[in-house]
Amino acid sequence: MSLNKWLLFSLPLIGFALLVYFFGRAIGSDPSILPSTRIDQPLPAFQLPTLEDPARTVTATDIKGPLLLNVWATWCPSCIVEHPVLVALSREGIRMVGLNYKDEPQAARQYLAIHGNPFELNIADVKGDFGLDLGVYGAPESYLIDAAGKIRYRHVGVITEDVWRTLLWPKWQEMGGTHPGPAAGDDSQKGGA
Amino acid sequence: MIPEIGHFAIVMAMVMAVVQAVVPLAGAALMNGRWMAVARPAAYGQFGFLLFAFICLAASFVGNDFTVAYVAQNSNTLLPLGYKISAVWGGHEGSLLLWALVLGGWTAAVALWSRHLPGVVAARVLGVMGLVAIGFISFLLFTSNPFDRVLPDFPPDGSDLNPLLQDFGLIVHPPMLYMGYVGFSVAFAFAIAGLLGGRLDSAWARWSRPWTTVAWCFLTIGIALGSWWAYYELGWGGWWFWDPVENASFMPWLAGTALMHSLAVTEKRGVFKAWTVLLAILAFSLSLLGTFLVRSGVLTSVHAFAADPERGYFVLVFLVLMVGGSLLLFLLRAPVLKSESRFDLYSREMFLLCNNVILICATGLVLVGTLYPILFDVLGWGKISIGPPYFNTVFVPISLLLLVFTGIGPLVNWKRHQMALLKRTLLQALVIALSLGALALWLFDAGWDWIAFLALSVCLWVVWITLTEALRKIRTAKAGFIAGVRRLSLSYWGMVIAHIGIAVTVAGITMTSTFDVERDVRMAAGDRVNIGPYVFVFDGVREIRGPNFQSTEGVVNVLHGDEQIATLRPEKRRYFVRRDVMTEAAIDPGFTRDLYVALGEPLQDGSWAVRVYYKPYMRWVWGGGMIMALGGFIALSDRRYRLQIRSRVAGAASSLAGGKA
Repeated sequence: MSLNKWLLFSLPLIGFALLVYFFGRAIGSDPSILPSTRIDQPLPAFQLPTLEDPARTVTATDIKGPLLLNVWATWCPSCIVEHPVLVALSREGIRMVGLNYKDEPQAARQYLAIHGNPFELNIADVKGDFGLDLGVYGAPESYLIDAAGKIRYRHVGVITEDVWRTLLWPKWQEMGGTHPGPAAGDDSQKGGA
Repeated sequence: MIPEIGHFAIVMAMVMAVVQAVVPLAGAALMNGRWMAVARPAAYGQFGFLLFAFICLAASFVGNDFTVAYVAQNSNTLLPLGYKISAVWGGHEGSLLLWALVLGGWTAAVALWSRHLPGVVAARVLGVMGLVAIGFISFLLFTSNPFDRVLPDFPPDGSDLNPLLQDFGLIVHPPMLYMGYVGFSVAFAFAIAGLLGGRLDSAWARWSRPWTTVAWCFLTIGIALGSWWAYYELGWGGWWFWDPVENASFMPWLAGTALMHSLAVTEKRGVFKAWTVLLAILAFSLSLLGTFLVRSGVLTSVHAFAADPERGYFVLVFLVLMVGGSLLLFLLRAPVLKSESRFDLYSREMFLLCNNVILICATGLVLVGTLYPILFDVLGWGKISIGPPYFNTVFVPISLLLLVFTGIGPLVNWKRHQMALLKRTLLQALVIALSLGALALWLFDAGWDWIAFLALSVCLWVVWITLTEALRKIRTAKAGFIAGVRRLSLSYWGMVIAHIGIAVTVAGITMTSTFDVERDVRMAAGDRVNIGPYVFVFDGVREIRGPNFQSTEGVVNVLHGDEQIATLRPEKRRYFVRRDVMTEAAIDPGFTRDLYVALGEPLQDGSWAVRVYYKPYMRWVWGGGMIMALGGFIALSDRRYRLQIRSRVAGAASSLAGGKA
């Protein structure tokens, strides 16, 4: 048996071992947890047009919370799933800014016209540069920004009513966000907090 | 009481799986016939207990037993009965039980239809399937028990099934998909049994082939159903998103397609043995990988279940044992395999190898695209995501190349072919395909598009070559048309049909992605919008009530010329319990086009945002999938698999049985 043949036949095993190594690391680093360096830091600097009016530009200093910064795109099916929850939250008074990520502005505007617009304004990050600086893992993704413009919390993936109630709402209260109560019930108990 | 009985049934299924794995494999190693004979009853027992557990869970759903956490999370008293039953597999725990049940079903089927196999082979195959079953049933028992109770403070009513899943497509899509995924475990078990026995020959390939084909057919149907579901249920007109979970089902399909073709070569010519075994391991490993991706939370997706690192580690360990163990066995046993015949550069063997290489490259591209975010993250290059543009860019050229070879492959003889003869046929086909492609685009009359032209020509190339070759074969038989058709084997006709199916799918994809028209318009009652010859007239909205939702229904009349051809009723539903708002699109399907209307948001002045689509040849995308699956089923009913198995295998079997464990 030649050595070359053994090497050739061991390639699948070696490839698989590499894959397992990556998976092991990936489970350890839960994608929904932001690298700790970004927490309590201000947003990375940017200067981008808004989706609504391309002539108007926004910068990091314009984004002062408490608000929820939501990363979305029309190419992201999970965003469609998440959207009704965002609309409901905005109706209850949660301030939201959209980060329209690597998207066609025209398609994005149509999307909001069809599905409703929960956002005060949308940052049009067509090339995805700001998303890269922010460390966006994929859409949808959401950040809680406090009154000083610092990132206080990051959630990767769809916001459901459960996620809002159990994860985001406590953080929202912590950073002094005010609104009548969490979207799904319990208004009377938690609203005053 | 019922949930406890169900839980106990899973425990019993686990015991059966352990017996089914350990005793026959030990028996095969020691050549103990009695131990080997334990495989069949254990397999039936395992399936029986899993089926019983599944029925118990379904009964808990039907009986609104909200003390069971899983039922409380996925059902509600208002949920219609049909959806209560399909809700059994609407969440992580229940769908895992379905996985295990389907695996038990395949195992029982193998036990039932393996009488013609030598005892030692059947024992090894069932033993390996038992090992797989142990993995999945322990996953159920230790991390994801669907029968867990919430006592004493159970909710008075359930929090309802996710409205996206309250749909006919979801009733049938997961079972079909799992039939396919899990079906590859049979080919895998045959491969491992062959490696353990040390002999992999034509007989082995012939036993694996029908099982592989059945699994492939189900997977094809499952993927097509999933795409159809996304199309009408997500309300966005998209039918394929390159979502990680879609990719997880697509990769085993690609590898399984390669496996089917490679098995054919190994059966007919006794070559590519190591490669075929590797593909069998790969196809099932990719199924397991899909399970890992969906249930570990390393990727976010519309289909993903709640992230849980504990479950992630469990599946990862299982993956390491199962796939790592198989690949190690492959490394130890496969290098000594010898080819039984030789072949030239221009031979069907060579073209099928090309087909295999292309399919595996395609699998690799999808794998890289799916795992790219994870790799980037782990390597510390930052967190990124790549979207559909990557997949579309890499996938269009490779699938067109694949179709070029799909056309040529069946023309070429085994072993050696006179290239001069072939060149003339191919050149003729090329000219005809290109002219027909141009003609088709001209007739369709929607402008010129080079990629669409190339893609249509390649589809016509496949159809033309496949049909003319079939006709030539019928003529050579010189027995008249009907008799000529009968003369050719069913597995040949299956191949012809499946190849036409893939051409139909690609043609559909080409037409709908190149020439679809979408309009987003503001419409008040009485407004009309034109797309080509179609006029959409908006007749306003009305309120209707469903069993567990309130709905706003729009009425859109569609006119073709002056004739009314359809009334579409798109809906906006608000589900009571989850308070989700769902967009239900209304579709008028047709052979050459779909008309698709989705209702958007109400605007201030009482008008509505309405999204109108014209999607040419949309049905062809899934229709081609159904044709492919039909081809597979026809190939399966070939006489060879029904009759000759018994007689011909007997000889090969005795030599196989002689192989050392």
